[in-house]
This record gives sequence, C-alpha cells and structure tokens, in this order.
Amino acid sequence: MDLITPELGLVLWTSLTFLVLIYLLGKYAWKPIMHSLKVREETIEYSLREAENARQELVTLEKTKKKYMDEAKSERDALIKEAKEIKAKIIEEARTEARIEADKIVKSAQEQITAEKASVIEDLKKQVAILSVDIASHILENELEKSGKQQELINKYLKEVNFN
Amino acid sequence: MSNKYFKYIIFLLLLFPTTMYGKDHAEEKKENKFDIKGMIMHHISDMHSFPLFSFEKEGKDVHIDLPLPIILISNGQFFFFLSSEFHHGESIVTKGTNSFVLHHEKIYETDINGTLELDEKGHPHNKRPIDLSITRNVFSLWLSAILLLVIFFNVAKKYNNPLKKPSGIQSLLEPIILFVRDDIAIQQIGKHKADKYIPFLLTLFFFIWINNLLGIIPFFPGGSNLTGNISVTFVLAIITFIITNFSGNRSYWRHILAPPGIPVFVYIILVPIEIIGLFTKPFALMVRLFANITAGHIIMLSMASLIFIFSSLAVSLPVSFLLQFIMSILELLVGFLQAFIFTLLSALFIGMAVHEETH
Repeated sequence: MDLITPELGLVLWTSLTFLVLIYLLGKYAWKPIMHSLKVREETIEYSLREAENARQELVTLEKTKKKYMDEAKSERDALIKEAKEIKAKIIEEARTEARIEADKIVKSAQEQITAEKASVIEDLKKQVAILSVDIASHILENELEKSGKQQELINKYLKEVNFN
Repeated sequence: MSNKYFKYIIFLLLLFPTTMYGKDHAEEKKENKFDIKGMIMHHISDMHSFPLFSFEKEGKDVHIDLPLPIILISNGQFFFFLSSEFHHGESIVTKGTNSFVLHHEKIYETDINGTLELDEKGHPHNKRPIDLSITRNVFSLWLSAILLLVIFFNVAKKYNNPLKKPSGIQSLLEPIILFVRDDIAIQQIGKHKADKYIPFLLTLFFFIWINNLLGIIPFFPGGSNLTGNISVTFVLAIITFIITNFSGNRSYWRHILAPPGIPVFVYIILVPIEIIGLFTKPFALMVRLFANITAGHIIMLSMASLIFIFSSLAVSLPVSFLLQFIMSILELLVGFLQAFIFTLLSALFIGMAVHEETH
C-alpha cells in the first residue's frame, strides 16, 4: 500500500520544483526558443516566397528581353532592307542622271562639232572663193601677156596658197 | 565523433545493471534466503538516503550511503538533521523532547527508548511527523531540474541568432521540441490556442523523459524511481487537471453539466458519469505513468535477482545480463513513450476543454 500512497513531502517538493521549472524554463528557455523558431520559420517561408518571386521576375525579364531582342532584330532587318533599297535607288538615279548628262554633253559636243565644221567649211568656202577670185584675177592678168607665163603664174599662186 | 561516444555510453549503461545490482546483494546469496521481494520494494520506494554501494566486511554488510537532509515538522516545530544519524534505522534520534525512529523508510515519533506500537500486521501506529525531508527522490527531482535548466538554458542561448544552423545538443533537441510543439500541442489544441500551453507541455515532456532516463541508469546519481512514484505522477496529473478545467470554455462545461440534444431524464445518469470522467482522466494519467515506470524497475530488478535464484553463476550471469540488456533497450523506448503519452493526453484533455463548438 505504501507504493500507491502519495507522500506529502514528495508531493510538496514535486509541485514546487515543477512549477518553478515551468516558470524558469518558460521564461528563459521556451520563450526565446519558440520565438527564434518562429522567426526562422517565417524567414524561411519569406525567403522561399522571395526566391519564387525572383524566379518569376527573372522569367518575365527573360521574356521581355527576348521580346525586345526580337523587336530590335526585326527593326534592324527592316532598316537594312530599307537602306539597301535606298542605296539601289540612289545608284539607279545617279546612273540615270549621269547617262542623261553624258548624253546631253555628247549631244552638245556633236552639235558644237557640227557647227564648227559648218563654220570651217563656210570659212574655207569663202577662202576658196577669195582665192579663186584672186587666182582668177592673176590668171586674167597673165592671160593678157603670154600664155606660157599664165601657167607658171597659176602654179606659183597655188604654191602660195596655204591650207591650214 | 560524438556519435561514437554516444554508443559507448549506451553500452556502458546497459552493461552496468548486472554488475551493480549483482554487487549490491551478492553477499546475501550465501545465506541462501535472499529476500527478493523486499529488495525490489526497497529499491522502487523512496528512501531517506542515497545508497552508493555496499560490500561485505568481517561477515557484516556495510552499506555506503550519501546522507540526505531530514526536515520534520512536529507540533509546529522544525527539525533538521542528516539521515546518517539514523544509522540505517538502527538509531533513535532525539532532538529536544522529541525522539524519531526510521522504520521501513518511514519516520515515526516515539518515546525516548524508540518504542514502536506495532499492530497485528506489523505496521506501527505511532504518530508520524510531517516529513519534508530531502529524500532520494527529491534529490533526483532537483538533479533532473538542474539538468533541465542547464541543458535548455544552453540550448536557448544558441537561439540568440535564429538564423544560425543548429549545432551540438541543439540539433538533437530541436526536432523533439518541434515534435512536441507541432505534433502534440498544435495538433491537439489547435494553432491559435496552443501557444499558451506549449511551455507547460514542453516542460512536462522533458521532465518526465529525463527522469525516465535517469531512472534507467542503475548507479548514483540515477536509478531513482521518481516517475514511478505515485506522489510525482499525482502532482503532474493534478497540474494537468487544474490547467484543463481552468481552461474549460462554456461549451466544455455545457457538455458536462447539460449535454445538448439529450432528453432531460438521461441527465441523471449522464451528468454524474461526465463529472466522474473529469477525475478519471487525470487519474488514468497518474496510474499509467506510475505503473509503467515502476513495472520497468521491478522487471529490471527481478532480472538482476535471477543471479540469486539460479544456483549456477555460469548460467545466471549471462542469462541475467542478456535479459537486462534487452529490457534496458525496451526501457529506453518506454521512457520516451510514456513521456510522449502523458504529454499527448494532457494536450488532448486541454484541447477538449478549449475546443470551440462547431455544430
């Protein structure tokens, strides 16, 4: 029966010790431990969430980057294409213009040559006419003297004529 | 590396029961009338001194004890002296006009000659003073309290930086603390109400567990049957009882005193049962822990006693050692299990008391 009869002394000491233990451990052990565990758990949770957010953001950024890259690329392609077209056009235009100009120059040169030629021929004709008259006059003069002398005179004058 | 040491310690703990219990009573074997029941009862009961070891000298048993302080109150007077003054119950201690005698680890007030008035069963009915002595169990109680304080103050210090990786004993205890918090307190009481009770449940769990473990150690300063003492389990159960009923909300009391949805005439049967139920719950807690731990101690001591029952030492030693070895492992499990069950049921009762009615 002794075994199952609570003893007053031990009951008192146990109560006292256990209550003091609850108080001391509660205040100086469980409270800081529980607090720290909570802080740690919240930090971990927060960090995980942040990491997930960062990951999401990274994906979004990657997407945006790709989009911008694509846009830039297509814009570049368009620009190059346009530039090429402009280049071709400019070259074409220049070529046409040059041709027209050249044609013009050639044409005017030909016209000038033709005009010069005409005027030279005209000039020559005039000279020939003058010469002819001159010669004719000389011939006529000599004819009146002697015919041998006339031939000589014509040759002499023809020698004098300078066609330059 | 610490793992290696841990293995050694466990091995030594398991090795010791045989040698220690054996040594304690080896001399009595010769007389061939070894009182096993008496020895066992002596070991699982509380004592006024802490037995360290005993040996035989000149044909006489010599018991070396750690004397513990005796504190008595008789007729409003305090008496302090050391238990060694009783000389294992052989001497009468006279302080002023009062004389005290230690009889089967109980202190009685007697006349100056130490006369005990025994009844027919051999129980004295002398007056007993109020005994507040620091007994073997109080010694163990304080030892465990100091151990708990030292361990958990140190662990708490490591939590100064909550984001540091757990290290040392902290990493051993943290999963257990989390287990008590999450799987006992929060699970049974609910997330929002558990916080208030967690310090109590943690203290309860570790108090019972460390004392169960100290009880398995077969030599000083362990081996006390503290959690197998009815006084201790009584106090623990009473505290659970008080906390439970002081936390009880309206719905809890309504279910006890006027259960809804039941015809009034059934109240005559049901209400008394519910009221009895208030007391049987902590009573079961008290008895369960007491019986489990005491039974463990009795089995361990019985197995040690095999040495004295078998005639051949060559047979009894290995058999006794093996059985104690197996039992010690079982006791390690039981020690944890009983701490867990006590805490779990306490949490369950508190949970029932604070549970909000949902229907």
